[in-house]
Amino acid sequence: MQDGFKKDDLLQFTERGIWCPPADIYIDPWRPVKRAMITHGHSDHSRYGHDSYLCTTQAAPAIKYRLGDINLQTVDFGKRTVINGVEFSFHPAGHILGSAQIRVAYKGEVWVASGDYKLENDGLAEPFESVPCHTFITESTFGLPIYDWKPQEEVFAAINDWWRANAAEGKVSLITAYSLGKAQRIIQSLDTSIGKIYTHGAVENMNEVMRAQGVPLAPTTRVTQEIAPKDYPGHLVIAPPSALNSSWIKKFKPLSRAVASGWMSLRGARRRRSVERGFVLSDHVDWKDLNAAVDATGAERVIVTHGYTNIYTKYLNEKGILAQAAQTEFSNEGDDVKEESAESGKTES
Amino acid sequence: MREFVQLFTRLDQTTKTTRKVELLVDYFGQANDQDRLWAIAILSGRRPKRSVKSSLLRQWAASLAGIPDWLMDDSYHVVGDLAETIALVLRPPVRTQNRSLTEWINTVKGLALLTDEEKQEVILSAWESMTTAERFVFNKLITGSFRVGVSQKLIIKAIARFEEQEENAIAHRLMGNWTPDTTDYENLIRSSNPADDDSRPYPFYLAYALEAEPATLGSPDLWQIERKWDGIRGQVIVREGEVYVWSRGEELVTAKFPEFHPLASLLPDGTVIDGEILPFKDEKPLSFNVLQTRIGRKNVTKKIRESAPVILMCYDLLEYNGEDIRARPLGERRALLEQLVAGVTEPGILYLSEVLEINDWSEAVDARAQSRENLSEGLMVKRMDSAYRSGRKKGDWWKWKIDPLTVDAVMIYAQQGHGRRANLFTDYTFAVWKGEELVPFTKAYSGLTDKEFKEITSWVKRNTRERFGPVRSVKPEQVFEIAFEGINASSRHKSGIALRFPRMLRWRKDKPAGEANTLADLQQMLIQYG
Ligand SMILES: [Zn+2]
Ligand SMILES: [Zn+2]
Repeated sequence: MQDGFKKDDLLQFTERGIWCPPADIYIDPWRPVKRAMITHGHSDHSRYGHDSYLCTTQAAPAIKYRLGDINLQTVDFGKRTVINGVEFSFHPAGHILGSAQIRVAYKGEVWVASGDYKLENDGLAEPFESVPCHTFITESTFGLPIYDWKPQEEVFAAINDWWRANAAEGKVSLITAYSLGKAQRIIQSLDTSIGKIYTHGAVENMNEVMRAQGVPLAPTTRVTQEIAPKDYPGHLVIAPPSALNSSWIKKFKPLSRAVASGWMSLRGARRRRSVERGFVLSDHVDWKDLNAAVDATGAERVIVTHGYTNIYTKYLNEKGILAQAAQTEFSNEGDDVKEESAESGKTES
Repeated sequence: MREFVQLFTRLDQTTKTTRKVELLVDYFGQANDQDRLWAIAILSGRRPKRSVKSSLLRQWAASLAGIPDWLMDDSYHVVGDLAETIALVLRPPVRTQNRSLTEWINTVKGLALLTDEEKQEVILSAWESMTTAERFVFNKLITGSFRVGVSQKLIIKAIARFEEQEENAIAHRLMGNWTPDTTDYENLIRSSNPADDDSRPYPFYLAYALEAEPATLGSPDLWQIERKWDGIRGQVIVREGEVYVWSRGEELVTAKFPEFHPLASLLPDGTVIDGEILPFKDEKPLSFNVLQTRIGRKNVTKKIRESAPVILMCYDLLEYNGEDIRARPLGERRALLEQLVAGVTEPGILYLSEVLEINDWSEAVDARAQSRENLSEGLMVKRMDSAYRSGRKKGDWWKWKIDPLTVDAVMIYAQQGHGRRANLFTDYTFAVWKGEELVPFTKAYSGLTDKEFKEITSWVKRNTRERFGPVRSVKPEQVFEIAFEGINASSRHKSGIALRFPRMLRWRKDKPAGEANTLADLQQMLIQYG
């Protein structure tokens, strides 16, 4: 039992994951368990080794693609499943396609485990739905007032301007974004009258998964050996963040590099990456939306899982909302949050 | 100000120097004379003085943003830069502004005359009218900490291109203690007589470190070899019967060194000497530490002059009879310098930096090996026919420093860095053994790669013993080789010693803490080199 938590809490933070004792089921567990409910397909939330998985119909294809032959059941948003008297339902989290908050109700008490989420409608993920509850479990990846996202139209206009200017100078535009979610969000907002969109294999694999489930993404071309380097200038390449430091990008010349991430808010983070541009674009809530989300649930108790947990719980407690930080293993691998936060040394709290 | 903010933002987005020059030239083209001059002043470090306490700025920003003060402070710690933190936490502007850079700077300068309440009113109203990028630049102006990734060299290049003038001429014009309040653009950059400012020094010529074998330089006959003295590099100027003393940091330090004031009548008008301001007594240099005791003081008392007297160790002659002779070969300049110094009748002010007789590079190796005994930092190797160039240029002048002193020490405290490294533990305190006890003796915060800092950061988090605010005490397990340039006795330090330029040379993962050096080892070094 972690400090400040109670034996009879409906959801408990154990060393395997978030556990619901009366139903004996885990949410986004990080160690192998019998039964797992999965909020979304990022690898810190959906891991190998569980006996059975339950997720939304829309999240399933990506999870299956990543984890292969698993025992996976799906459920529609809003539909109630009762296990041992505990009622479970999945509600849109707005983070990526199919991502869910999981509502857990038992004997009149309601908990919501929100996974990763954002409030802005990105046109790909099902729009976030506020779910009233007594206890709200939230991330706080960007839980500081210095994180304040601009409306996405402004960000995409800036990305397109950058691409247009590079194209005019005969440069390749390389932008990095996490391959599941962020990459597709960018693809559907690019102005394809400027040029072609090329993709790294990791991104294109996810594109194929989404197209197969009926998402109308703009046409993209996988980067392969067969394409001559002289074909790239003027066009745009989308790759996962890890590609920036690899020899894979050598074929793009002359090159302008950009990173799309919430961390790009900070000048220091932009400079550390030594890329020409940092676009502030995140699939997580910023400070104002984090607070709006917490307020909207009406929760009397808030449990903060990852990010600036100590700072944010202190803030909530001062506001009169009982808040606690919980130890989890979220954002230890997979999601772009991890990669960039590890780099800036923020894995601590 | 909009154009200047845009310039700043764009400069920040590129690492290419050619692009930076283009951006500057573009900006110079659109700005009026006043704004252009202010932009040059700010970019070359001539910013208005800080006139508001940063603690007040923090409070005002927190209250305008509607967050508690501690959250403002925590945010600041994550960002590592106050101007940026404030720009980020404030809510979007409620109106727009359209004032020029000069107008805003006048506002900032005017703050000094206001009460705190009036300052608050002006600043809050400014914040409410600005975008995030504008606030950042404005905050940098109020906090007097404006720094952009633009070197003096780039600014000079851009002005030279914009004005279609020689870079050297622009470099010279930009030197000295002008501010936009004491001159205007026309006068500073375009007037036909740049020497109208008698105090104006020449840009210093800086040497690169010699890393190759000296034999690769060819015959020693082609080179003038001197000791590299350990003082403050400076220029002494005599023009129109006045003396001006400049330090390499482009600071006018005439008042700090009254020893040189008699030169006004001892040297002919139109003389500029490059040399080392050196603490010196009984015909011998003293340790740099002695000079340090008088650098920070406001008043140079008689007592200080007696305990820390200085001379100028002359290296080179840049102006002779009012003529800029930097383009002439070094050998010729040296001959004129010797003649001038010989003509100074008053003893104990000017000394000639001795030219060593070296017929073979092995003799230079021996001379370098004696550097510490001579209280010098190594040798200077200068091509006999070299011109006196400006800035750091490769090829003609080399500094051939001695290897640093080193000790192996144990890390006992770690603290997070600032700015770029705000989230890494980069500042460490080191200790050596005194019996069973570890005695702290120095701090160091540079010399490792980002990768190593990351690795140590994660080690520090796992091995913290206690926290004292931002400082953590850690298990005494990690050993580092600390390099330093000098060692002195110090009563201010618990260990009784102070190091000069300490930095981490390498992380000795191979070494257990028990094998680190002892305080006795350091005391031995103090006797030998202090
Ligand atoms: Zn995620
Ligand atoms: Zn996550």
